[in-house]
This record gives sequence, C-alpha cells and structure tokens, in this order.
Amino acid sequence: MDFSFSEEQSMLKDSVTRFVQDNYDFESRRTLAASDAGFSTEHWQTFAELGWLSIPFSEGFGGFGGGVVDSMVVMEELGKGLVLEPYLATVLLFGGLLQKSGNQVVQDAYIGSIIEGSLQGAFAFVERDSRFVLNAVRTRAEKSDGSYWINGEKTVVINGASADKIVVSARTSGNTHDEGGISLFVIDSKEAGVKISSYRMMDGQVVANISLDQVSVSTDHMLGEEGEALEVMQEVINDAMIAVSAEALGAMEKALQITVDYTKIREQFGVAIGSFQVLQHRMVDMFTAVQETRSLLYRAACSLEAGSDEAIKDLYALKVKVGRAGKLVGEEAMQLHGGMGMTDELDVGHYAKRLRMINTLFGDADFCQQRFAQLSYR
Amino acid sequence: MDTTFTPEERVFRDEVRTWIKRYWTEELANRIADKSTFKEAQTELQKLLNDQGWMAPGWPEEYGGTGWSVTRRYIYNTEMARAGVLGPADPMVFGVSMVGPVIYTYGNEEQKKRFLPKILTSDEWWCQGYSEPGSGSDLASLKTKAELEGDHYVVNGAKIWTTYAHYADWIFCLVRTDSSGRKQEGISFLLIDMKTPGIKVNPIIGIDGRHTLNETEFNNVRVPKENLIGEQDKGWTYAKSLLTHERLYVANVSQSKRSLAELKKLAEREWAGGQPLAADPYFQQRISDIEIDLMALEFTELRVLSAAAAGKEPGAESSVLKLRGSEIAKALQDIKMDVAGYYAGIDDADNNANHSFANKTRIDFMYGRASSVYGGTNEIQKNIIAKAVLGF
Repeated sequence: MDFSFSEEQSMLKDSVTRFVQDNYDFESRRTLAASDAGFSTEHWQTFAELGWLSIPFSEGFGGFGGGVVDSMVVMEELGKGLVLEPYLATVLLFGGLLQKSGNQVVQDAYIGSIIEGSLQGAFAFVERDSRFVLNAVRTRAEKSDGSYWINGEKTVVINGASADKIVVSARTSGNTHDEGGISLFVIDSKEAGVKISSYRMMDGQVVANISLDQVSVSTDHMLGEEGEALEVMQEVINDAMIAVSAEALGAMEKALQITVDYTKIREQFGVAIGSFQVLQHRMVDMFTAVQETRSLLYRAACSLEAGSDEAIKDLYALKVKVGRAGKLVGEEAMQLHGGMGMTDELDVGHYAKRLRMINTLFGDADFCQQRFAQLSYR
Repeated sequence: MDTTFTPEERVFRDEVRTWIKRYWTEELANRIADKSTFKEAQTELQKLLNDQGWMAPGWPEEYGGTGWSVTRRYIYNTEMARAGVLGPADPMVFGVSMVGPVIYTYGNEEQKKRFLPKILTSDEWWCQGYSEPGSGSDLASLKTKAELEGDHYVVNGAKIWTTYAHYADWIFCLVRTDSSGRKQEGISFLLIDMKTPGIKVNPIIGIDGRHTLNETEFNNVRVPKENLIGEQDKGWTYAKSLLTHERLYVANVSQSKRSLAELKKLAEREWAGGQPLAADPYFQQRISDIEIDLMALEFTELRVLSAAAAGKEPGAESSVLKLRGSEIAKALQDIKMDVAGYYAGIDDADNNANHSFANKTRIDFMYGRASSVYGGTNEIQKNIIAKAVLGF
C-alpha cells in the first residue's frame, strides 16, 4: 500500500511543473490560443527535448515504456496551466493506438517521428450522431484493388487541423451499431478526398470536421485485424480517460487556489470576503470535491495498471466524479469571483470552460454513471 | 504506486478473519443486540478480544497494546468492522480510544497502574463528560465547576450526551477550575467514580426510541485530587491532543460498505411494479451516486494510511474523512428507509409485522443522524478545514 511516486515520476512531475510556471502565465496562454495553430510548435520541441513525447512508447521504439501513472503525472501538471499543446491527441491517442495495434510497418514509420516532435497525429472517432458510443460508426471502408476506400465524415477531431496523420475508425462490415466490423486506418491528412474544416472550441482547442470521399489507404496502414478494432479503441480511450481526469484534477486544484487567494484579498463591507463563513464552507466543498477526484484517480489508475477486474468500474466512477466535481469547482470558482468571474480577461472562467469540455470528452458524467450502474447491478 | 498488501499482511488478515469466524457467533451478536443482555454480552466479547491481546491495538506495547504497524491496524479495523464486531457506537471506545491514551500520555505512574489494566479487562466501563447543556460546539465555554477543598475537588454542574453513563463505572470529565483567563485556560481533566455520592444519571430517550444517551448531574461530588490528570488548568490541551489521535479511523468505510451491500440485497428483495427495486434505473442512479462517493472515501482513507505508514504527517486529505464519512453513512441510511417503504415507519421492536429489517432500518437511520453532530458537527468540521487547510 503506497501512493507515493517513484523517483523518476517525481522528477517528471517537477520538470512539467517548471515548464508550466516558466511558460504558461495566463497572458502567454491567451496569445497562443489566439494563434492560427492554437499552440506553440516551439513548446512542442521542448516537450520532445524533455522526453515527454516518448512516455507511452516501448523502449524498442526509443520510448520511455511508461504506463498510465506516468502520463497521469504529466497531465495533472499540464492541467494547472491549461496547456494547449496537443499531448493528448498526438501522444496518448494517436500514439497509443499505434503502440497497441501491433502493426510494425506503421509503428516503424511514425513512432520515431512522434518522439522527436516532427509528427502531429489525431484520432477521429466521433461522428455526427455517435455521441459517446465508440461502436456507432457509419463511415465505411471497402477493399478493392489491393487498397481500402473510405467514405464518411468524422466530427470534432481533436488536433484535426494540425495533424499530419490521422487514425480513422471505419466500418468494414456490419451495421452502424454493431460491435464487430470496425477497423482502424492511418490516413495522411493531405491524401486525395480528405477535406478538413477546422474550428475552435471554447477552451481554445482547434478541432476539425473531416470528410472522407473515396480516400485510399494501403492495406498495411490498417491497425490490427480487420473488423476487430473496438477493443483496442476502448483500451486507448480508457488510458486517455485517466489522463484527462488527471488534467481535470490539475485544473480544479488551480481554480480552487485562485479562488481562495482572491477571496483573501477582495474586500467588501470593509473586510476580505473570505472571512465570511458562507463562502468558506463553499470553498471547503470545492476542496472536498478535489480530494475525492484525486482518490478516485489513484484508485482507477492503480487498478487499470494492475489489470484488476474492477478496473472499468473504477474508471467510470472516476469519470462521473470528474464531471460532477469539475462542474462544481468551475462554477463555484466563477461565482465566488462575482462579476469578475464573468470576464474573459480573468483566468478563472477559462478553467471552468476546460473542465466542462473534459466532462464531455469520452463520455459525460451521466453516460458514465449509466455504464457504472450496469456493472454494479449485473 | 500500488494498492496491494504484503504477503505478511495478508497472513495477518487471515488470522483476524479466523478469529472472527471462531468467536463472533450469531448467538453472541444477538445477545449484544438485546438490551436486557447487552452489557454482559458486550463485556464477554471484550474479554475475548483481550484474551487475544487485541483489546487496545493502538496502545504502546508496555501498556498492553500490540505494536502493530499502521497498516496492520488498518487491516484489523477493516476486518472487524466488515464483520460487524466493531462499530462506531462501541462502548469500548470511551476507555480504549479516548481516556486510555490520555492516561498513558499525561497521567502519572499510579494512575496508569490503577486504570489501564481494568480498561483492558473491561472490568471498568467508561463514559465521556465533555458536552454540557449550554456547551455543544463551543465546548470550551463549559461551566461544570471543580473547586479544591483540602484533598478533594468538589464538582458541581451537569454533563449531557453522556452515552452509556448508565452502564459506566467511571466518567472522564472536563471541568472548570479557573474562570479568570481565556475560556480554554482553566479547564482540568478529572476522572470520577460513578458511584460517588451526588452523581445522578437521567436517561435521555433518543429519536431511535432507545436509551443510550443521558444527562449526568453533579451535586457537591467529592473527587480525590489524585484523580486529576496532569496539571490543573491544562485539561484542554490534553483533550485536544486526543482528537488528533485517531484521525485515520473516523470515516467508517467498512461499515458503509457493509451498509451498501445490505442495501443492494434489500433492493433485490423488495418489489415495485412487478420488478425488484434494484432494476429501476432511477434507483440504480441514486445508489450509484453514493457508491461512487464511498469508493472515493475508501481511497482517501488509503491515501492517509499510505502517508502514515511512510511515517509522514497526515495530509490535508485526512480532514475530509469525518465529514464525508458521516454524510455517506447518512445517505445510505436514508435510501434504506425508502427501500423499506411503509414498513420503515414500524415503531414496535417486539412485534414488527414480519418485516425484520424495517425496525432495524429505522433505528439505524434515526441513531445515524448523530454522526454529523458528535465529535464536532459537520459545520464545525468545515470551519476547521477552512482554517487549517485553506488558511482562512
């Protein structure tokens, strides 16, 4: 029974903390968010130099061979600074799929470039009416003349505008909601028939809708076995759920800290508003929610890493708490800032926005609670 | 990061389980639950624990403790609570967890020799005299007075919520010995024999319909001055240090896990609209809300344990254990009342109309309301967190 980090993990945490402190004051972040790409390629090179881009990849590919706890450590610190660089999309989702797929052609071709920071990736798994169900796939891939031909549309693809390579889920057989018959393909963003329309989300991310019109993919760019992709998709998303939950935890901790600090200096009626018990108790509720999130994060990360039977249930419990606690902390942080909490120039509302986006990502609290109940009452 | 116990710790856990299987019989549990045999049967259980050397696991070995690591103590408490052997309303907490540590920390050699062995053998039962009719959350405002006359303190006043005072042989009291300075100063820690003339115990019947609480009056009660712990006027410090002693075991995670499992079973058994309640998605959502909170609480407790096992001071997370522990326990009792439906209202312990769980459910619910009041109300807990953790 031990929840302390290894020496390596502590060093990793310190290096991410330092990066965020040195580079991510709120004004710098605003400037970056307003740029075309929505993040800094210079920072991305720093990530590469510091070895962060190598974390989930096995040593054979020049990676660090890390697990969910390692990416958790990174993401919590990134969450504190509302960091915009597409670590989740390129390293954990795109990279995670490559790592787990067992397709050596693709692994040899791209993992090295991810690690050195020269390749951006994305995972296109959302469709117009799929909501949070991974197997709701209408996009189709048909095999003819030694290639696959993909037709369909993917929405809200994180990092979709900057990605050089994109993993797309497409149906090679069966009906829209079947669990079988889904395959994964690595496509090039400049391939004929790929149309990318990008737009911005409220948390500063640049995402894209991607339409696919007779896009050709060579058979060696399919990940894993034909029609058997759902399991690996779910595995990668499971790991990513730990990562974004850690990011949410970091964001909640920072939002709480900002709020506590603000109420200690903001004066009304001749006293600091933090002296009012009614506000103190609300900040204690925020603090409690943060503690519960951390506890469920450690619970889920440990059981996922240990391959426990309870891992999926623990994971859904975590995501429910992340959603609910994130809303509570975000909204209370804004409310306790009064009118200033409503302004774009103050950081606190931006934490609330990111927390809301994380609630939705990979399944919101209501969705995850239904899944949780199914496991708890089967 | 890992959440597993060592092989030695697992062997120890099996040892505890074996003991429970052997000694915690249904017959003994029933006699403890029956108020006419309660004291005798509870003493029997405590003597069995003492024979095993497990009566006061947290005490230093020289006074009869076990010398267990924090992890072993955690395993022991978890297993005992899981089986229902130990619970938050145990009469032994007053002797073992409350006055015992004060005596071996601040008492003199005579006092240690006189009192500690009889706590272990359960030949003397203790109760707590802190709150007063006028002093609840503001405990330091207490007024029960002790004046030194020759070799005796003469005590006058009243204590309230003295749980099990009607069974107790001794009471440990906070009394006022000086009212000239700050209210926290001038309080002394006194041990009083319940058979002393001038003590009167008045029962308070709880909303659960049972008699566990009392008001205890003191009219010119003469207490030998050798029953003073430590120095006169320093009692507040002793009492406060005690509060931080048992931070790790206040969340009642095992009891709530037990309660959740029972609740799920009951929901399978109670039918509504042609299906078990457990099949209703709305009901499932209500339970899973609490189940998720309980899963978080369990790991908050383990985080505190992990830090303590590594010899670190308890972190900020430990402050939420009592707060959330009581809220979760109460929420489970609330849902159980709803599951019992009409039968939850049955107020007749001897003739409960074939609904054995309903009467207990009502009693647990009503008695359980106290968990967010005793040991500092949840509002006081929030004040403490605001001050100690958030720095207000």
